[in-house]
Amino acid sequence: MSYFSFVKTELKNLFSKPATRPYPQQPRKYAERTRGHIENNMDVCILCGLCSKKCPTGAITVDRTGKTWSISRFSCIQCGYCVESCPKKCLSMKQTYTQPDAEKKTDTFVKPEQPAPAAQPAKPAADAAKQA
Amino acid sequence: MSKRSVVPFGPHHPVLPEPIHLDLVLEDEKVVEAIPSIGFVHRGLEKLVEKKDFNEMAFVAERTCGICSYMHGMSYCAAIEHIMNVEIPERAKYLRTVWCELSRLHSHLLWLGLLADGFGFESLFMQSWRLREKILDMSEASTGGRLISSVNKIGGQRKDVDNAMLRGFVEELDKMEPEIREMARTFLNDSAVRSRLDGVGVLSKEKAHELGAVGPFLRASGVPYDIRTTGYLAYGDIDFEPVTSDIGDSYARTVVRINELFQSIDIIRQVVAKIPEGDVAVPVKGFPNGEYMMRVEQPRGEALYYVKANGTKFLDRLRIRTPTFANIPPMLEMLKGCQLADVPMLILTIDPCISCTER
Ligand code: SF4
Ligand code: SF4
Repeated sequence: MSYFSFVKTELKNLFSKPATRPYPQQPRKYAERTRGHIENNMDVCILCGLCSKKCPTGAITVDRTGKTWSISRFSCIQCGYCVESCPKKCLSMKQTYTQPDAEKKTDTFVKPEQPAPAAQPAKPAADAAKQA
Repeated sequence: MSKRSVVPFGPHHPVLPEPIHLDLVLEDEKVVEAIPSIGFVHRGLEKLVEKKDFNEMAFVAERTCGICSYMHGMSYCAAIEHIMNVEIPERAKYLRTVWCELSRLHSHLLWLGLLADGFGFESLFMQSWRLREKILDMSEASTGGRLISSVNKIGGQRKDVDNAMLRGFVEELDKMEPEIREMARTFLNDSAVRSRLDGVGVLSKEKAHELGAVGPFLRASGVPYDIRTTGYLAYGDIDFEPVTSDIGDSYARTVVRINELFQSIDIIRQVVAKIPEGDVAVPVKGFPNGEYMMRVEQPRGEALYYVKANGTKFLDRLRIRTPTFANIPPMLEMLKGCQLADVPMLILTIDPCISCTER
């Protein structure tokens, strides 16, 4: 049995830097693998709906007619199962956490107009530019 | 004989973050009996298997408990792998072992903090949680989540951890070890701490065995029973002995958990030294059909996963017996004869996790 066995630690604490960080002035450093939130690259997404079928919480809604892909930020548990199952690999897990909010928010991503018809006339123009 | 009175304890009590209710029958200040009631936060996870795809269920199993989350997910996946006769790659087994031991480390450090908080030693509480934070950083760096790892899948692991990172973890743990030792000195030798722990809540070896205690609670009563010795995952290739103590009081439980911290660090060292190269997952096709009982040693003791599958994507039955559930009857026995003022701390010494008891 000993007495004052914590004094060494206490003294060390007095003269060392705090173990905590002044949040939010000094934001947190995320690890490379941190599962923060899901982003979708809508240029690549084909709205196949596989991700919404696989999602264990049903956080993803895919609307083919409206060409939108939406995710309920407050249902998503950041498991990454959708990222794994997407055939086009357009989903990605970003490191930053979603912001706190007063209401349950849904983020909607809209698929941009198909570039396919626009790409056709653009091609000869590019060729022409190359020849010039 | 003095008059008996009943004092309700919980479900909300400052010392416990989770709800459990006990009716304490007192004679003066002495507890003569404790009658528990649980079920305040029941979630029905076991029923959910009938409506959730068995692959998605891995994420649900993980959420059985917020502390041993990794091991819950792992046991569930391992049970299904056994049913489907899937042999996961060696590297995945070793990685699982590393993550299991990291969970044990952070869980025991959390418990030490809570214990210190329970007997009112605030700065000791903060010291243990400061150390725990480093383990959580390792979890985050390797799995992407501080507690909920989401790296388990049926057939192996979702993510590999490269050897450099694993060696980094070992270096970090090497640096932590003296700090843990320094903190343990206060837990184990300080007169103020010992006056709260020594001889309080003694559970005899016979009673512990008879009432089915598990984990450090059982080992502190002198029974060398540790499911890891059955050699699941990579534990068969690792050299370790169950940590025990013969005294059976609160102090013994602290000693066992502190020594298990060093044991876990040692296991991680051995695993990292031996980890083979290769894949971390094998592809799995089809649906499980059959049943299996998976037993694992979690930080709080033995957990049991019973899975019955019927060849479709939904399982028939999932039964989870968590360590705290098994530890409640011996805890009631241990409370008999103690002082009312010691009850909160004694409940803490079994490392209760009520949310996983309720599943
Ligand atoms: S699975 Fe991928 S391609 Fe299909 S809808 Fe989801 S994000 Fe788009
Ligand atoms: S990360 Fe998981 S919960 Fe979130 S949208 Fe993807 S599959 Fe659903």
